[in-house]
Amino acid sequence: MIKKITCIECPQGCRLEVDVEGGYVVKVTGNKCEKGEVYAKQEIENPMRILTSSVLTKGLKIIMVPVRTSRPIPKARLLIAMEEVKKILLDHPVRVGEIIIPDFLGLGVDLISTRDAI
Amino acid sequence: MDKRDLVVVGAGPAGMAAAISAYESGVKDILLLERDQYLGGILNQCIHPGFGLHHFKEDLTGPEYADRFMKKIQTLPEIEISLRSFAVNLTREKVLIYLRPGEMKEIKAKALIMATGCRERTREMVHIPGARPAGIYPAGLAQKMINIEGWLPGKEMVIVGSGDIGLIMARRFTLEGAKVKAVVEIQKETRGLIRNVVQCLEDFDIPLYFRHQISKIYGKDRVEKVEVTAVDTGTKFELTCDTVLISVGLIPENELIEMAGVEIAGEINRTSLPGLFVCGNSYKVYDLVDWVTRDSARAGEMAAAYLRDLG
Repeated sequence: MIKKITCIECPQGCRLEVDVEGGYVVKVTGNKCEKGEVYAKQEIENPMRILTSSVLTKGLKIIMVPVRTSRPIPKARLLIAMEEVKKILLDHPVRVGEIIIPDFLGLGVDLISTRDAI
Repeated sequence: MDKRDLVVVGAGPAGMAAAISAYESGVKDILLLERDQYLGGILNQCIHPGFGLHHFKEDLTGPEYADRFMKKIQTLPEIEISLRSFAVNLTREKVLIYLRPGEMKEIKAKALIMATGCRERTREMVHIPGARPAGIYPAGLAQKMINIEGWLPGKEMVIVGSGDIGLIMARRFTLEGAKVKAVVEIQKETRGLIRNVVQCLEDFDIPLYFRHQISKIYGKDRVEKVEVTAVDTGTKFELTCDTVLISVGLIPENELIEMAGVEIAGEINRTSLPGLFVCGNSYKVYDLVDWVTRDSARAGEMAAAYLRDLG
């Protein structure tokens, strides 16, 4: 099966044609450099994304504290992860980079604050 | 009247970079005015990643990018920060009036850097016919509501314009559980980054209609639906929704400079008045904050050179 995707490694945005068999990439065309092939393989076989959101606070100076996953997580888990993010009520001060939930959803990444909140 | 060597108006990425660079270039008496109650400007609501790839060689979110500069400024006592301070008047004599809680201050500056950012183009500027119900927001305002205030402005959205803010908001609303029905773009291609089309729309199967426009907004008290028209064929269809987000570009904010009767010059960061500089999105609208930082640092150097020449 041929899948058409856009490479986002650089602003050129090559339109890739990816030959996929059984969920695995067998051939990539349309890429102007080798990054395209690596991107296509990752994107088809296991697409990953950094999740960013904001969580509600209680008793802090700002109402919402922005958060992100410390590393990308599988794209397919984004909406499930959001269900967990929405349950958080942050009631203690945090610093930029401080872990809010370690090993978030057992994915081996932490949910961290991206802003100081006192 | 207070006197200062340098006053910087606005403490977003442009104002912070300008103030730090002016300090590093030898200016030791700097007042940094910010209308909000914290430093960082618009970066505070841009919680998505993609910032700093050039300047820091790292992929940061907006608040993380701002934090680097905030931490630096807080170590420099020569830069006095005045929060909740809203500049309301500027003259050719470089007298600036600003309001802050409980007082109106007048200040005479030897040099000034305006870093007042940009504002969103509104529905009125793109002429969308129809009713005027609640539920029509500029995309950046909706971003502030959701990321700073913690409100979800609607449940079913249509987004006008495929600029980066509109694309980012399509993903943000989807993650928060709202349904984004479509992004409607009058041009043949997106004005946003390809990365954002892929990761904000394609990831969530959100339709993007090129060469289409919203031809009418319906709704009595609240938006109920919109009519979408194909520009080339005239074909129409309707989408039910309770919210319309407008993401149709940004305009540099230069009201104070105009008030002083000064014009922006052709050369970067300069105005027609020596000693009055303008940087960041108030000079021109940038795609990337990294370039705002780079060029605004230059404004700080230019102000320092001007002050040195004054003696």
